Amino acid sequence: MRSRCHFSDKLDKLNEIKVSFLGKKGELTSILKSMKDVAPEDRPKVGQMVNDARSKIEEHLEEKKKAFEQALREEKMKAETIDVTLPGQRIPEGHRHPNTKTLEEVENIFIGMGYEVVEGPEIERDYYNFEALNIPADHPAKDEQDTFYITQDILLRTQTSSVQVHEMEKGRLPIRMIAPGRVFRSDEVDATHSPTFHQIEGLVVDKNITFSDLKGTLQEFAKRLFGEDTKVKFRPHHFQFTEPSAEMDVTCFKCGGKGCRFCKGEGWVEILGCGMVHPHVLEMSGIDPEEYTGFAFGVGLERIALFKYEIDDMRLLYENDTRFLKQF
Amino acid sequence: MNSSISWTKAYVPDLDCTAQEYMDAMTLSGTKVEGYTELDKNLDKIIVGKINKIEKHPDADKLVICQVQVDEAGTEVQIVTGAANVKEGDKVPVVLDGGHVASSHKDGESENGFKIKKGKLRGVDSFGMMCSIDELGSNTDMYPDAAEDGIYILSDNPEYADAPIGSDAVELLGLHDVVFEYEVTSNRVDCFGQIGIAREVAATFRKDLVLQEVKETGNNEDVNDYVSVEVQAPELCSRYVARVVKNIKLAPSPEWMQRRLASVGIRPINNIVDITNYVMEEYAQPMHAYDLDKLADHKIVVRKAHKDEPFMTLDGQERVLDDTMLVICDGEKPVGVAGIMGGENSKITDDVTTMLFEAATFDGTNIRKSGKKLGMRTDAQAKFEKGLDPNNAIDAMNRACQLIEELGAGEVVGGAVDVYPVKKEPITITYNVEKINALLGTDIDEDTMVAYFEKLDLTVDREKKEVLVPTWRQDLERLADLAEEVARFFGYDNIPMTLPSGSATAGGLSEKMQHENMARDIVEAYGFMEGMTFSFESPKVYDKLLLPADDVLRKSIAIMNPLGEDYSVMRTSAIGGMLISLATNYNRRNQNVRLYELANVYLPKSLPLTELPEEQMQLTLGMYGEGDFFTMKGVVESLMQRMGLKKAAKYDPQAGKSFLHPGRQAKVIYEGCEVAYLGEVHPEVLDNFSIGQKAYIAVVNMKQLSELASFDVKYVGIPKFPAMTRDISLTMKKEVLAGDIEDTIRTKGGKLIESVTLFDIYEGAQLTQGYKSMAYKIVFRAPDRTLKDEEVNKAMDKIIRALEEKEIVLRS
Repeated sequence: MRSRCHFSDKLDKLNEIKVSFLGKKGELTSILKSMKDVAPEDRPKVGQMVNDARSKIEEHLEEKKKAFEQALREEKMKAETIDVTLPGQRIPEGHRHPNTKTLEEVENIFIGMGYEVVEGPEIERDYYNFEALNIPADHPAKDEQDTFYITQDILLRTQTSSVQVHEMEKGRLPIRMIAPGRVFRSDEVDATHSPTFHQIEGLVVDKNITFSDLKGTLQEFAKRLFGEDTKVKFRPHHFQFTEPSAEMDVTCFKCGGKGCRFCKGEGWVEILGCGMVHPHVLEMSGIDPEEYTGFAFGVGLERIALFKYEIDDMRLLYENDTRFLKQF
Repeated sequence: MNSSISWTKAYVPDLDCTAQEYMDAMTLSGTKVEGYTELDKNLDKIIVGKINKIEKHPDADKLVICQVQVDEAGTEVQIVTGAANVKEGDKVPVVLDGGHVASSHKDGESENGFKIKKGKLRGVDSFGMMCSIDELGSNTDMYPDAAEDGIYILSDNPEYADAPIGSDAVELLGLHDVVFEYEVTSNRVDCFGQIGIAREVAATFRKDLVLQEVKETGNNEDVNDYVSVEVQAPELCSRYVARVVKNIKLAPSPEWMQRRLASVGIRPINNIVDITNYVMEEYAQPMHAYDLDKLADHKIVVRKAHKDEPFMTLDGQERVLDDTMLVICDGEKPVGVAGIMGGENSKITDDVTTMLFEAATFDGTNIRKSGKKLGMRTDAQAKFEKGLDPNNAIDAMNRACQLIEELGAGEVVGGAVDVYPVKKEPITITYNVEKINALLGTDIDEDTMVAYFEKLDLTVDREKKEVLVPTWRQDLERLADLAEEVARFFGYDNIPMTLPSGSATAGGLSEKMQHENMARDIVEAYGFMEGMTFSFESPKVYDKLLLPADDVLRKSIAIMNPLGEDYSVMRTSAIGGMLISLATNYNRRNQNVRLYELANVYLPKSLPLTELPEEQMQLTLGMYGEGDFFTMKGVVESLMQRMGLKKAAKYDPQAGKSFLHPGRQAKVIYEGCEVAYLGEVHPEVLDNFSIGQKAYIAVVNMKQLSELASFDVKYVGIPKFPAMTRDISLTMKKEVLAGDIEDTIRTKGGKLIESVTLFDIYEGAQLTQGYKSMAYKIVFRAPDRTLKDEEVNKAMDKIIRALEEKEIVLRS
């Protein structure tokens, strides 16, 4: 009996064997059928023997069956082997513009510090772009900005600082906001200039806001955007709508401050202008500078994007060549 | 603005630091140094030598052999030269063997200079080189006494004739100097002068500022006997100071003055011109000199020019003035454009004997505007534009007259004509130590603050807690300005870094921005890449888009002063920009391009603009390559679905867009609002933009989409009862719209309809010409029971009857 099993290697053969022993006409069945010929006193004993044999056979067959099935599956899988180095099937993927990606990073940093993201008009009144920012008519600072005019009074905003004024006029204090958006200046297109670009304005107005808060906030921003090791440096500067005013440099993120071609050997890169909101600016927007103080800053979005992604020509940002866009 | 360390040291004698330390410290205290140049960077082993003997070179006609004495002891070295201008006895700069010069006769200037080694010239040993001024890194503009083309003969200049042999020639020529270049901010007019810079240097390095004493000048005559001044436009000329110098002796100015002017890039001319320039540099107060004998009636009248008044400026250019410009006139005619440039008719020439010196204060804005109109920008103008301190004018004038006397350039006539009707007085500002500290977040004591103020020549009254601000610091007006002064000299670096305390704010993106970001995510999932284009474009784009003459998109806002026609109108749609971007990609052979832009278009409420226009955020999609109209439609459908516009939208083929294919365009109507439109780009438009394959665009009004958006989701139970499905095949005229058929099925089928799906369209041989066949799978289901055949049959009958009324029949 055992030897017959060895010769069978197919499942159906196994089934045949099963039938030949255990089927209606099988050998064990016929033994059971011939029980009547066995002496009554022996019957339990023989019955026991037959049942033992049956379960042994069944067990053995089952074992065999499992082994055969296993072998069969393995054989099948072997035949199904694929070349996993063939390319994957992908649906075409879209990409955010590098400006937008950078902006989202900046937004997330400030949202985490409780800032609201707000917007203002791109076509703006002179008052909001200049006068309310302490740049009165005929002020030389107005000329420096190469403004595009629509009418005498309506212009393309040259700075997102105009949004500061709209926010302050709402009279809801405290203010913690950033205002990203397009700005316009009459600069010819070249590798570092564009007549349309983006800024992100920041404004905080509250009681007891200090210059040290400005420094701390912008250091936090720089570290989160460019890495924990980034150092910041504040240099005095002049803006009409802040006093004291500063420019902030960060350690060059390419060389870490050692000096390289990228930072022209200086180790530092100028990144933004900032300062304490000029008390006259607060006054003009109906905020009492004796009670409230604030700070403001303005960052060039393209400037950061170009640095961050090491893009060497600003024109690439507005050409929309997909070979450029798909890298982000 | 430039300054040289040697000039600054004339006012801050104790200054002692390296160029780099100077640059860093000045930048951190607010006078930003952009860079510096060490004039002796490439100069080494250059001494004063004396040519004792010159012989002909045996083998070269153009070379001579010189024996040059290089020390007082009489040591000689042999130098072969090709220079033709040397003679025995001349003292010349000599670079010795192993020394360095800045440029070479043969190769011009070099970043790292040239090393000079002993060698042979045509077989004769030469142990050094005699130098021209160019080899010393400068030029004859700055050293007018140096030979134009040859060796600098030092002994030709009386001031150098006695220089000891062997002494440092670089020292003698004032080239051990460093020149700094600054970015001076517009509020610091005083820092456009050397004294202003020096005051900042003294405060930064905590050194004493030593200014020269300006002495009383003039003979015992009265200037009023020589000249009269009448200011007819006092609103544009707050002060006019005039003095007279007679018996002028034109000559070169002394070397110290020439060197200082040269160090900041001003070319020495003669004593009178140099004094004028020197004082302008020192005080940031431009001055002008007129030949008094050329002034009719010996009179100065300051008035506005007449309309179209012609005038020749001293550069020989004929200018046409207008009645907003300020002119300086004599008794008859203009002799100068105020603050910008003098006239050809009154300029100082070599035969001048008596001159009038002018130091005036003009209105900065007026000067700026006049200069712009005339297309001129002179050094004087650049200073006047900032708005000068009238109290500075008299100091500058007296300093100039003092220099005239010191240099023996002429005889100064006693007294000054000074027209100064409204004197500018210094202001006082109350300082409050606590408030300054509260603004800065610091804890600086009063003594320290007061010391900073005093270093800046602010007079402090500690009793009253007041500072008196000199009029040259017109940028200081209130406490915040004083706080900046404290911060600058305390050091911005030393102010601590903290985060704002105070009330918490929630922060976050506006709903509009969140919707825009969702739109980005959705279209990016369909493979669209975000592009950006300019907000202004050429009006020619309208023609390229085949817009009819009265199309609303042509009503765009024009820029008064655009950067040329290509950027002259604010766009009313981003399609022009999109098609240009697609064309750029097509031209560069990029395949399967899908772009989107999320940006404002500018829709005027009236033209010309009297109020701000509507800035409408639009999502513009463009693509070519794989996909067709229905790919684009799928994106729009998905966008609407995901933004919660879940009801059926109507796609109306009568979109009326001239730039789209007339048979392949649709506007998308949702609840009666036009949310979007899309279509295949008109073939002629494709040609106009040089796109060589079919392209598709869609424009979504984000504002509209945002308003309709809804993100309320209420769970609907998963169906418990089975559905019943019926397939029908219909034939109809080709023009019949699938949208209408589906509408009919849905309305007639009523609530029981779960879905209607088109699964086959057929046009061809087996149908009558002009007809098509469409097959639909209609799924019916009730939420509360298993449907019976009769119910569904009844609904189907209704549907089919309604379709038949529209000549849409079951296909037999």
